[in-house]
Amino acid sequence: MNIIDRRLNPKGKSLANRQRFLRRARQQILKAVREASGERSITDIQSGERISIPMDGLREPHFRRSPHGGVRDHVVPGNREYVEGDLIPKPPMGGGGDGGSEGSPDGGGEDDFRFLLSKDEFLDIFLDDLELPDLQKKKMRQSESFTLTRAGFTVTGSPANLNLLRTMRNSLSRRIALKRPKPHEMKALEAEIRRLEETGEDPDRLSGLRVEFDRLWAKSRRVPYIDPLDVRFNRFEQVPKPVTQAVMFCLMDVSGSMTEHMKDLAKRFFMLLYLFLNRRYTHVDIVFIRHTHEAKEVDEETFFYSTETGGTVVSTALQEMRRVIAERYPPGDWNIYAAQASDGDNTSSDNGLAAALLEDVILPACQYFAYIEVGAEYKDWLGRETDLWRTYKAVARPGGNMAMRKVRVRSQIFPVFRDLFSKERADA
Amino acid sequence: MTAELLFAGADWDFDKVRRTYDAIEDIARGELGLDIYPNQIEVITAEQMLDAYSSIGLPLMYRHWSFGKRFAADEVLYRKGMRGLAYEIVINSSPCISYIMEENSMPMQTLVIAHAAFGHNHFFKNNQLFRQWTDARGILDYMEFAKGYIARCEERHGHQMVERVLDAAHALMDHGVHRYPRKRVYDLREEQQREAERAAYFEQTYNDLWRTVPRPASSFHGSRDMAERKRRLRLPEENILYFLEKNAPKLAPWQRELLRVVRNVSQYFYPQKQTKVMNEGCATCVHYHIVNRLHDKGMISDGALMEILHSHTNVVFQPEFDDPRFGGLNPYALGFGMMEEIKRIATEPTAEDRDWFPDFAGNGDPWGTLRRAWEDYRDESFILQLLSPALIRRLRLFKLHNDADAPDYVVAAIHNERGYREVRRALAATYDIAKAEPDIQIVDVDLAGDRRLILHHRVADGILLDEDEAALVLRHIANLWGYEVRLVEVDTKTEMTLREFDDVGPSVTLA
Repeated sequence: MNIIDRRLNPKGKSLANRQRFLRRARQQILKAVREASGERSITDIQSGERISIPMDGLREPHFRRSPHGGVRDHVVPGNREYVEGDLIPKPPMGGGGDGGSEGSPDGGGEDDFRFLLSKDEFLDIFLDDLELPDLQKKKMRQSESFTLTRAGFTVTGSPANLNLLRTMRNSLSRRIALKRPKPHEMKALEAEIRRLEETGEDPDRLSGLRVEFDRLWAKSRRVPYIDPLDVRFNRFEQVPKPVTQAVMFCLMDVSGSMTEHMKDLAKRFFMLLYLFLNRRYTHVDIVFIRHTHEAKEVDEETFFYSTETGGTVVSTALQEMRRVIAERYPPGDWNIYAAQASDGDNTSSDNGLAAALLEDVILPACQYFAYIEVGAEYKDWLGRETDLWRTYKAVARPGGNMAMRKVRVRSQIFPVFRDLFSKERADA
Repeated sequence: MTAELLFAGADWDFDKVRRTYDAIEDIARGELGLDIYPNQIEVITAEQMLDAYSSIGLPLMYRHWSFGKRFAADEVLYRKGMRGLAYEIVINSSPCISYIMEENSMPMQTLVIAHAAFGHNHFFKNNQLFRQWTDARGILDYMEFAKGYIARCEERHGHQMVERVLDAAHALMDHGVHRYPRKRVYDLREEQQREAERAAYFEQTYNDLWRTVPRPASSFHGSRDMAERKRRLRLPEENILYFLEKNAPKLAPWQRELLRVVRNVSQYFYPQKQTKVMNEGCATCVHYHIVNRLHDKGMISDGALMEILHSHTNVVFQPEFDDPRFGGLNPYALGFGMMEEIKRIATEPTAEDRDWFPDFAGNGDPWGTLRRAWEDYRDESFILQLLSPALIRRLRLFKLHNDADAPDYVVAAIHNERGYREVRRALAATYDIAKAEPDIQIVDVDLAGDRRLILHHRVADGILLDEDEAALVLRHIANLWGYEVRLVEVDTKTEMTLREFDDVGPSVTLA
């Protein structure tokens, strides 16, 4: 008998099967994930998901005898009062036979199929066809940071980069090709000559050997062990290093006109953006800037939950953002994203300043600037354009790195988000 | 009574498992006379157990999305706590591999080893169905080949092409087994000998009178052609996968090989489907005896025995028909009950038992009798011949007749003198796999014409096929066959056509 401990064997033996399954059910899962994300709070998305999908395309059909009709006999245990010939009325339709042995053996194949998606799988599907806009432009600007990568071999270089293996290989092949005498042959010859000199026998042979030795010696001088021709160096090339860190600025109006509902919408949008950036960059910083008539950088808790009163001056937030960028996030090293949420109010006198700041300072520094105008759930406000909307519209131009959308209810968040980052748009 | 305890407490380690295994082996070989494959016991985690579930119990399985689906479904149930995991999985191979979970306590490991490594193992090695149909030594190597082969096919022909063939083959898995041993092909010498015997017989029985019997008219030629065609294709054929593998006109060689793999897997599991009650009954009976003997010898403590019996009782629990927990007859309960009955009848028969089972009642050799039963029967025949009236009474079995057109169920037989045989016959019939699965045969294929494949479902007891599923399966058959397929449901008794499915053409080309 053998006892084998398999506990340390690699897990996930059925991972390949799972991938096949996910690929197979892709369409259904995609739909379910989209729907799930509409209903659930965004924070939950981070932690895996139980989803259920319809069985189309996932059925494994078999020839089965129908559970209905025909004549069957059942044998069941537990008879107490029945005698032969008794009649037992059938339960009304849908009661599922009394016998119990018939019926769907695998427990109802008709229902939806429920299973768990891991966090990564969920996000992969959730953010599947989204792409970051405007990467082209950033690459040019990134030229300040470089990294070295190997790029073959060269015949010149610094001794530190000498490639010993290549060099010796060349040397060896050259030595063989030019028939350089081998050291041990020379040594043997020399020993033989010395022996003959000492014993003094066979002078003819001695002189012959001496001639031979001189010839070989000359040849080994002519064919050096390592020739400058043999030497090879590792070659390195400088390639621009893609910036793998990003910073995301969340700007939000927290003046009294922003209701909890609006803040909730804004928060959802910010979270989505964060998730998305997190999957594209190795490191993502978040900066929260809230503003009334003055702006301040705060932590997340304060940003979303503490209340503040005051007027509404948007340019203060943009000023603050400029300050933070200048202090901590040089645009050459950081991909800068900004999302601003507001209900569209602004002090009229500030509109000009805000537009100028945005156009001249913020947009050139940013990869992408998204403006989300959040509205009350029931108010029909689409008719008139808010101050800020009109101001920003003048700045935003098609194909630029600024986008603006209006959001009124929770279910619009994801469509708007997709709209902003869908692949087609990135390609365009 | 003087033996030392094998272990104390719940924790297990490899040493204890080995000691316990040796003690169990003494009893199993010495007292029960079990004959087993060499054992290999593998300790796995819950996660690995889930993995093992999804690949239908084989340690090696080719890759297919349906296994991923099964894993996902099992995982949800398990993580939500809706279902526990099995304590063990045992594989019909040589060496016989038993998986035991690390979470099990030492008494549970004892139970599991006795149950799987000895009970099931003995059954696998000795039952005639397994001996005839499965190759315990070869299965793991074969699966290794199959896994590699299918992986190579995926590389060469793409995931999707392989998936299409496997999907279709899986749909026909239940119809990919040979139910009867095939005729052996004679070699040349045997063929000559046979021919000589036939000629001799013909000479012996020659009678000139036959010459005068009128021959059939030439108008029979048409049907002779058809008969000839059927003979050449060996129709009718119920092994649909086999037929398609050998005869489908459009399949590439690698696609035929895939069908063959699925067919072989299906054939490997075919005996297990037919012996669930016996297999579990055998294993349960063996572990029950062994743990009691261990306790008698003083090798396990009272506490350990209680824990084991607690599990044992859960396993053989049979709810009654009106209990909300009722889900059909529990194969463990029925199997264990029958095994214990056979033991009782062999040692302390009543007058009734002597009437019913004259051949072994009171023969004083319970384990010998059981071993013979385990060798020779499958569920259906086992119940049909060995279910005792005493057990029918104890379980209070009764037979319900259910005619879909009638408003009531009829109690057709109960546990009384008149009913025993009827209950027993009906119960055995429900374990007859030939009746539980629809009888579908390929009856004709018009090779000279439009190459349409014609299948018949031989309808028994008026139970038709599930229409939606059947339509999906037909689509799969059409894809493999490459031309149209027709399915007709024919009543077995009256030969009347009950339902015809529309002809289904292939939806994708596999080539």
